Order: sequence, then structure tokens, then C-alpha cells
Amino acid sequence: MPRMGETVDSGTVNEWFKQVGDQVAEGEPLLEIGTDKVDTEVPAPASGTLAEIRVQEGETVPVATVLAVIKLQNGGVVSVITYREAAARGIAQEMRRDPDVIFLGEDIAAAGGVFKATVGLLEEFGPRRVIDTPISEQAILGAATGAAMTGLRPIAEIMFSDFFAVCWDLVANEMAKIRYMSDGQLTLPLVIRCANGAGVRFGAQHSQSVENWAMAVPGLKVVAPSNPRDVIGLLAAAVRDPDPVIFFEHKALYATKGEVPDSGEVTGELGRASVLRSGGDATILALAAMVPRAQAAAQRLSADHGIEATVIDVRSLVPLDTRTILGSVAETGRLFTVEENPRLCGWGAEIVSIVAEEAFGALSGPAIRITTPHIPLPAADRLEDHLLPSVDRITETVRKALD
Amino acid sequence: MPEVPQSVALELYRKMTEIRLFEKRAYDLFMQNLVKGTTHLGTGQEAIAAGVSQAMNDDDYTFTTYRGHNHVLARGTPMTPVMAELLGRENGLMHGKGGSMHLLDTSRGILGAYAIIGAQLVIANGSAFSARYRGTRQVTVTFLGDGATNIGAFHEALNFAAVYKLPVIFICENNKYMEYTPIGAVTAVPRPAADRAASYGLEPVVVDGNDVEAVYHTAAAAIGKARDGGGPSLIEALTYRHGGHSRADPGKYRPAEEVKEWLAKDPIPAYRAVLLSRGVDEAVLDGIDKSAREAVDKATEEAKAGPEPRIELAETNVWADGGHAWRN
Ligand SMILES: Cc1ncc(C[n+]2csc(CCOP(=O)(O)OP(=O)(O)O)c2C)c(N)n1
Ligand SMILES: [Mg+2]
Repeated sequence: MPRMGETVDSGTVNEWFKQVGDQVAEGEPLLEIGTDKVDTEVPAPASGTLAEIRVQEGETVPVATVLAVIKLQNGGVVSVITYREAAARGIAQEMRRDPDVIFLGEDIAAAGGVFKATVGLLEEFGPRRVIDTPISEQAILGAATGAAMTGLRPIAEIMFSDFFAVCWDLVANEMAKIRYMSDGQLTLPLVIRCANGAGVRFGAQHSQSVENWAMAVPGLKVVAPSNPRDVIGLLAAAVRDPDPVIFFEHKALYATKGEVPDSGEVTGELGRASVLRSGGDATILALAAMVPRAQAAAQRLSADHGIEATVIDVRSLVPLDTRTILGSVAETGRLFTVEENPRLCGWGAEIVSIVAEEAFGALSGPAIRITTPHIPLPAADRLEDHLLPSVDRITETVRKALD
Repeated sequence: MPEVPQSVALELYRKMTEIRLFEKRAYDLFMQNLVKGTTHLGTGQEAIAAGVSQAMNDDDYTFTTYRGHNHVLARGTPMTPVMAELLGRENGLMHGKGGSMHLLDTSRGILGAYAIIGAQLVIANGSAFSARYRGTRQVTVTFLGDGATNIGAFHEALNFAAVYKLPVIFICENNKYMEYTPIGAVTAVPRPAADRAASYGLEPVVVDGNDVEAVYHTAAAAIGKARDGGGPSLIEALTYRHGGHSRADPGKYRPAEEVKEWLAKDPIPAYRAVLLSRGVDEAVLDGIDKSAREAVDKATEEAKAGPEPRIELAETNVWADGGHAWRN
């Protein structure tokens, strides 16, 4: 049972569109659920055979209850795991597949990560491949860079993305440019995972959204998953990609849950946005922790104001899926970005500029960026909540703009 | 220390001579405005490049700095592509995209010249880690200046290398100066590299960087130890740059007495004298000098004759697919 809004803890199955034994395709409507606020269709999270329906029509169950089991083509089933479990599973999947994948960072091995997102990796792969490092961010990224240029595919962890500030030389001057400066003599297949973003009351130096720092540097790919399935799929894509990828996990999402296939490889693709909801009145773009907020706002806009919004999870900032974005703006005529980053030079600014240049005629009103103001983040929950784009703020901004 | 076999001795002499003449030519071409931007010459420091490279295996890895022509030539990269790179020509080592400060030649295991002080030190750990992981017995050698011993990356790199006992050798070329400031004026210890070694559980090693055989023996011992799993070494090689820091800098901030003293310790005439005293035929050395002059002339001609890079090259090889697209 998906969470249909921040204050919604349960949902009712209104109708199953499929019977046990039916084939279902990923993304195809599977059932309709209702809450006190809204009724909505839920798409199948994976392709396969509907093996079991556990919650019957008319039943009301808490969020995260397993509603059904889909048997995958290869015999697996879908289960619900946390975003943090997905990180470990994604790394493990790639380490099992490719012995050249190694993983290094602070407290990632014996302790399983400060966010417990890498539990079990040391046990499975041993200290030769899963390496606890000193607090030496430059040494960590330097080692990853040198290993990548000589045949390995390292995954490095920078504990908090804020710490990029102490090793930015390696990211911006070295790994991003070595291939270009050498005119292709070297390739750098490496991934840097980090915990990005706010919402956990860590204050100004442990809460920043710095994806725009990375986006500003030619030679870096930049992704930020919003759900467990994408954590695994995009991590797989990042590890298999031949270029440096900065992988922004969101620390406020680590405890959130989502469905992923129980077995078999989960893969994804860099540079593909995901359309989570379709509506003709507005296009709302969001990233990482802003995705569930944008979805909740869209539900509320629909239920309370009759506004139907398309919600797109941008997922990949570099490469950027402008085709999906421009296509949606062409249909809705209105663009809203929901960005956790401070106002100036956020990813939404780039997208708004692309839309202004290439889809100006399709716009029926101004493109609007909903961001954190240009202010460092305070620690106290009341203050932090005030600055971050909230479901209320997103809903109100869109409603007023479409009035 | 044991005398080296004569074939090795002549090789050391050849490398130093070629580098000296190459750098002199690079300076002249810079003064003629044919080398654009900047250059940082290794004139006076040739014995370190020659001695260390002689102790390395062909498949070992090298990292260097913006003052890196020496090391690249010593590892065997032909002069023409290096010269052409300085001139910004398409027959340059990186087709004009790197320039004087960023020489890189994977065909000889040269994994780059780095212009942000200290970066190469932490990256060198990565190739050392990778070589051990893959079980190849390759050793990584990285060069650094004395000034680099005061940047954080140096200390992170040394600790990291020591903790994991990586097969990596850090060669600090202590030429007494950073750009213009003497290293002694801003460093808490008298020997900028050696006096830090103990912090990382390493032996302090200091060598006369103008004595090419001493450098060779010292490097060979460290490289052999690393290859056999004995971990990293930090070597401080004392030397002096004959010219200024970069471009046309005349180096006037250095006391005349000091310059005079070090010019008298020029590694090339010194080694020539050693070889003659060992009975090497002067004509052989003259022959090496002549070949080196001819090689530099030829490289200069070939570099000058090289075309300017095709404009398309500016837009290639950001990504592994050869392109630079960031959107669909
Ligand atoms: C991080 C960083 N700071 C400053 C500089 C500017 N800079 C270039 S060379 C140099 C002096 C370096 O001295 P040293 O390490 O002794 O090397 P040398 O030039 O003597 O070979 C400085 C300060 C730089 N390139 N990178
Ligand atoms: Mg110096």
C-alpha cells in the first residue's frame, strides 16, 4: 500500500483491474486505491504474472502492507524493502556480477555505514573488496580515480555530500577532466555515492543538496534516485557506465520503502526521467526527496482543486532527459520545478531556461521554481521545515499559479 | 654504492642529456611565442627523472606534475609528440588538449601530469591498489615538489599508502623553492619530505638528487621493496632548478651565491666526469650529445610541421563514447 500523502497512513483497495493468473506489464494499472482524500490508480511495479492478491476489494490496510505478489518471468516475486537496504543490495548485485568492482569509504565495511546502507557487504565480499578508509576524502577519491584508470570499477562513498567541499579537486579538476585532457587515453568508470539533502535536522553542514555543484562540472554524470527500485537500478547503471557518476542518495529517504523484484538483476538507465502521474494541467518536476512531496501535492491538487498535474521524477540530471520534460510541457503548458537546493543555480534553473528557449510557445504561463530559499539550512525541525519545499507550499504555489 | 654496468650508465647519461636539450629548446620556443601558455622546465633536475625511470619496469606506472617533461621523456615517450603538445599541434601527445602541464601517455604507463598541487599523490595510490588487486606486480612511482609536502593531499596520500602497504613510491624533488618562496621559510621541519616520513611509519630517505647513480640505486631499492609487498617509500631528492619557476621567470629571488653553488653541482657535467674517470671513451659521450641535439632538432621540426588541431577535437572525448552530450 503506497503512501498517498504525508498525513495518510492507510488506504482502501477499491478495485483490482487484474485477476490472479493474469499477465501484468510494468507501469500498467493494477488496482485502484482510495483514501479519505483521493482515489488513484496504482501501476504494476514489475512485469510478470499476478500470483496472489492479499488484500481484497473494500479492505482498508496500513501503508506498506503487501497488497499482491507478482511472479516475475524468471520466477521471482516483488517485495518491499527500504531505500537503505536497496543501496546495499545494489552494490552487492554489482559486486557479484563484476569482480573488478570494489567499494571503499569511511565506516562502510565493519560498521555497515553510518546510515546502515552498506550492511552485509563486508561479510559477503571480504576486506579485499570492501574497504574501511581513514577520514581522508581526497585519498578516497584519489584511490578511486587511480583504480578506475587502471582497470577497476570502484564505488567510493563520501559520507555526507557536504564533504565534497574537502575533496572537490578530485571531483571537479581530476576525474571529470582527465579523459578530456588526455583526449581519450584514459577512461574513468567510477561511482561516488553520497548522502545528500535535508529533512533529518543535521543543520547547515550536513544537510545540503549539492547536486548542482556536480551538475556544473563538464565530465560528471549526476543521478539522484527517489525510491528503492531506482536506487538499485540507477546504481547498476552508474557502475556499468564508463564515466564518473556522482550518485546522490537522499538521507531523508533511507527509511522509506518501496517494491523491488525479489530476485534477478535490477537495472536502470541513466538519462531517463520517470513519469509518475499524468495530468493535463501542469507539469511538476521533482528530484529525490522532493518526489514524494510533489506526488502528494499532485494528489491534493486533484482531490481538493480539480487540478490534474503530471509529476516527473527527473532522476538523472546529467544526462538530462529533456525530451520527456519538453514533451510534457508541450501537453500541459505549465512547468513547476520542486528543488531542495538553495535558489541560485539549482537544476530547475537550467531546465526552465531550456524550456524557455525550446518550448516557449507551449507555455501558457510562467515557469515557476519552488525551491529552498537562498539560505543555509537551520537545525531545528520547525525552521528546517519552513525552508524546504513542503506539500503545502507546492500545492499552494501550483494552485495560485493556475487560478 | 656499486657501479652500474656501462650500458646502464650510458643510458642514464643519454636520458639526462636529451632532457636537458629538450628543455632548453622548449624555453627557446616559449621565448619565440611558439609555446603558448606556460612551461615549467626541469632543467637541473634531470638526474632524478633519469635515475628513477631507469629503476622502473616498462609496465610500471608514473605520475608527475606540471614540471613533468623530464619524467615523460625519461619513461621513453618520443620527443616529437611531447614537443608538438607544447606547441598545441594535432600531432601532440594529447592532440593539443592537455598542454605542457598535462602530459599523459598510457602506452608507457604515464597516467598523467597534474597541475593541482598534490592531486597526483592520492591518485597514484589508486593505480598501486589496482595493480596489487589485479596481482600484476606493477609499482607506481609519483613525483612531487617540495612545496607539495605542505598540502593536505600529501598527508592523506602518505597515510593511506602506508596503511594499506601499497606498492607506490613518492619521489619528492626538493629544489628548495615553491614558485618564488623558499620551502624552508614556510615549513615546520628542515627536510620537508624526510622529516614527515616517520609520521607514516616510513624511513626518512634523503638522496643527492644531482647524483644520478645514487638516485638510481635508491629508487631501485624502494621499487624492489614495493614490488615484493614491502609497501611504500618516500624519497627526498635534493636538487635545484637552473631556471625560474615557469615561463620567462629569471628566478631573481634566489641569492646569487646559492645559484652559483648549485650550478657547479650540475648533474650532467658531473656524471660526464665520472664516466670519463671510469674510462668511458669521450667520443662515445660526444656521440650521445650529438644524437641528442639531432633528436631535439628533428622533434622541433616535426612539431612545428604538425597541423593545428582540427576544430572538432575541442568537442570530443568528454565521455567514454567520445562525445560531450549531456541531454537528449
Ligand atoms: C593547490 C595548488 N596551489 C597552488 C598552485 C600554484 N602553484 C603552482 S606550482 C607551485 C609551486 C610548487 O612548488 P613545488 O611543489 O616545490 O614544485 P616545483 O615547482 O618546485 O617543482 C604553486 C604554488 C597550484 N598549482 N595548486
Ligand atoms: Mg620546489
